Amino acid sequence: MTILEVAGLGMDFGGLTAVEAVSFSVRRGGIMSVIGPNGAGKTTLFNMVSGIYRPTRGRVVLDGRDVTGLAPHKLAAMGMSRTFQNLKVFQQMSVLQNVMAGRHLSEGVHVVSDLLGLPGAARRNRESEEEAHRLLRLVGLERGAFREASELSYGGLKRLEIARALATQPRLLLLDEPAAGCNAVETGEIDELISRIAETGVAVLLVEHDMKLVMKISAHVVVMEQVRKISEGPPQEVANDPRVIEAYLGSGAETGAKGVGERAQG
Amino acid sequence: MSEFLQFLFSGITVGSVYALVALGFILIFNASGVVNFAQGEFVMLGGMITFFAHDAGLPMAAAAALAVLATCIIGVALYKFAIEPARGASVVALIIITIGASIFLRGLAQVVFDKQIHRFPAISGDAPIAVGGASILPQSLWIVGGALAVFVALYLFFARTLAGKAVLATANNRLAAQLVGIGTNNMMTLSFALSAAIGALGGILVTPLTMTSYDVGLTLALKGFAGAILGGMGSPFGALVGGLLVGLIEAMTAGYISSEYKDAVAFIVILLVLFVMPNGLFGRSPLERV
Amino acid sequence: MMRGLSPSSLTLLTLLVLMVVAPALFPSSYYYRVGALIFINGLAATGLVILVGYAGQVSLGHAGFSGVGAYACALGPVHLGLPPVLCVVLGAALSALLAWGVGRPILRLKAHYLAVATLGFGILIYMAINNEGWLTGGPDGMSVKALGLKGLLRDFGIKVKASELWYWISGGVLLLGAFIALNLRNSPAGRALRSLHDSEVAASTIGIDVARMKVMAFVISAVYASVAGSLVAMMNRFVTPDVAGFLHSIELLTMTVLGGASSVLGATVGATILTALPQVLTVFEDFENLSLGLIMMLVMIFLRQGLVPTLARRWRRRAT
Repeated sequence: MTILEVAGLGMDFGGLTAVEAVSFSVRRGGIMSVIGPNGAGKTTLFNMVSGIYRPTRGRVVLDGRDVTGLAPHKLAAMGMSRTFQNLKVFQQMSVLQNVMAGRHLSEGVHVVSDLLGLPGAARRNRESEEEAHRLLRLVGLERGAFREASELSYGGLKRLEIARALATQPRLLLLDEPAAGCNAVETGEIDELISRIAETGVAVLLVEHDMKLVMKISAHVVVMEQVRKISEGPPQEVANDPRVIEAYLGSGAETGAKGVGERAQG
Repeated sequence: MSEFLQFLFSGITVGSVYALVALGFILIFNASGVVNFAQGEFVMLGGMITFFAHDAGLPMAAAAALAVLATCIIGVALYKFAIEPARGASVVALIIITIGASIFLRGLAQVVFDKQIHRFPAISGDAPIAVGGASILPQSLWIVGGALAVFVALYLFFARTLAGKAVLATANNRLAAQLVGIGTNNMMTLSFALSAAIGALGGILVTPLTMTSYDVGLTLALKGFAGAILGGMGSPFGALVGGLLVGLIEAMTAGYISSEYKDAVAFIVILLVLFVMPNGLFGRSPLERV
Repeated sequence: MMRGLSPSSLTLLTLLVLMVVAPALFPSSYYYRVGALIFINGLAATGLVILVGYAGQVSLGHAGFSGVGAYACALGPVHLGLPPVLCVVLGAALSALLAWGVGRPILRLKAHYLAVATLGFGILIYMAINNEGWLTGGPDGMSVKALGLKGLLRDFGIKVKASELWYWISGGVLLLGAFIALNLRNSPAGRALRSLHDSEVAASTIGIDVARMKVMAFVISAVYASVAGSLVAMMNRFVTPDVAGFLHSIELLTMTVLGGASSVLGATVGATILTALPQVLTVFEDFENLSLGLIMMLVMIFLRQGLVPTLARRWRRRAT
């Protein structure tokens, strides 16, 4: 069962092609990774899928509906949410409030009730707070719930963004380099978290550099290089694909060619 | 026809001043990403300082030179004391800072000088020159000529000198400029100094025509800004065209529609540009990295 | 000590206590007027807290809405025969409509352009009021009909000075305004607004309709400014175009920023400082531009959060 289908998606910026024409599908409840060296076009692809950029060509189909070019808030209402590589946490709110903010869609907009402090507002606050606590427990941030978001560690901020994105009750979660800048321990925690998320039935599409993380948890991998998709398949297959090995051999990414094959097995 | 010509001359004259203000805006914006709301005050200071220096006994030329120099120093001080310390501040914070600076400068002029309206003699007299049924004041020619001279000088600066190319490089891509060894801090100081000098010059040229007082800066800034975004917030050429167009539209509006609301023209131009063609006439769409 | 109270309750209590205690310190009944003016400015500044502090937007022309509210109370009784209180509502409705109409297109603009657009908007309103003298009395202003409350109370046998009356009226309205703003802050809609402050992109990815929320903040803050304008018009029994002028817009913004843009209490603190200052320094008027500009710059460079949040943070740190 496909939750997301990307067909011939491409983006040009002026005379520069950032992504040529990429196609793939994401299965419900599965973990799909998009990997590739720097500059391959992964982030642009992500931004097109999540409505930040309007694609130059191609289609994005979410749950059978064509959502190409729709604004992010509409996509969120349809069950897609995401995190950001260069974290966009809400600094002026607490950790708990950040996650509660993610409950916006469930809360709905009831301005008058909120302005006057009517019981409805208190109820929505309560429900959001409970759910936010639950999500913070899920990502392991429960202890710092009332601290200001800006006080969290880098790894903590990454997990906070995931909790916030989960608050929207997505059916598809886009993770933009969730392990970037994390050490080995943090990366292990993140990948364990992602697996747990996928187990709850949420489909995960992630963009990543870190081969270990990707190979370990993904059911399916898409490899991009030089604005194109060059390979696709289960991790083992992709790791042994000569085109992928060459891409990593020649690109100077953090894993060497041999390393790709070795780590996938190890 | 002669009426139209009159409005045309008037429009080109004020438009030249707006072009200079617009030029100041884009120089600073391109070098530092800051919209300097105090730009109009540089024009005001040019006129006011010249008047008071001349009033105190200095010959006109010396007073004017002093005014340009003093405004230049104030421009650099603005950068050093108000903008640079606020590095990393949000856009809204920077906006409040430059607005604060503009009001501060206006208040400074109010206190150091006075609240009166002032004027000093035109460069080559006030005898109007008849052209095609309309008349031009000699000062208008000085204004237009002066503005063009500034633009040509700036063009040569950017195209022919190393310092100019460094400024362009910084404007284009600050990180890359730093990587090739360009002192971007100096570039920003330079752009503030240039903008201040250009603004002051505009003020000196236009005062014999429109007079000056401590509070002329705000509307000038608004109109110059209109010219800048009409031109695309990018090249000096855009600023020149944008400023002239704003001046022309304003003069035509004042002449044919209503002179009471002519100051509203700039605001309407701004809105139209922002909604209909956000990149102005010559601007390019900026890439936003997410 | 005050551990049991939420920050919101603490703010309201502080305001209430200060409001009730202050008159004991007044040397003369003139100070009731100053107090009323502080509360009125505080009200407008609280509206800006919602727009600038919560939603992170900027408005350099907010006094325009004060002008609408003020002149609604001036013109309403004369031309429409409406009682003054209804004119306050009319002014607020007009301001809300204006904010909605103007806000929808301009709030899409990036910060700098938004700032200029609001600047132009304020100037436009000022120009209209100033130029259409046949309606508004032009630069000389026009008189405003009294609220009539004083006479009403006298009928009930209560004798009270106008200045005292206005102190309590504007104080009450400020408390109401603070109550509403504080409710908003800790509510779902408030969180949506505050998300905009730090990242509009992230806010949209969690389902927030950024454009709609921004307009909402703009409309709400416009109503605050409008009511403040109405109150000052009725209190002074006179109004001039300056109520909508650029200087007034800047005063309001400076009050908000000085006290702490994100703090409701800060709005009143900022209003107190900047309203009381001209009373203390009678030469202040000549130095007003200078001081306002300096305060704005210094606060943004050195005390970016503003007075109240900075002090609160220092207090909290000392306590832990």
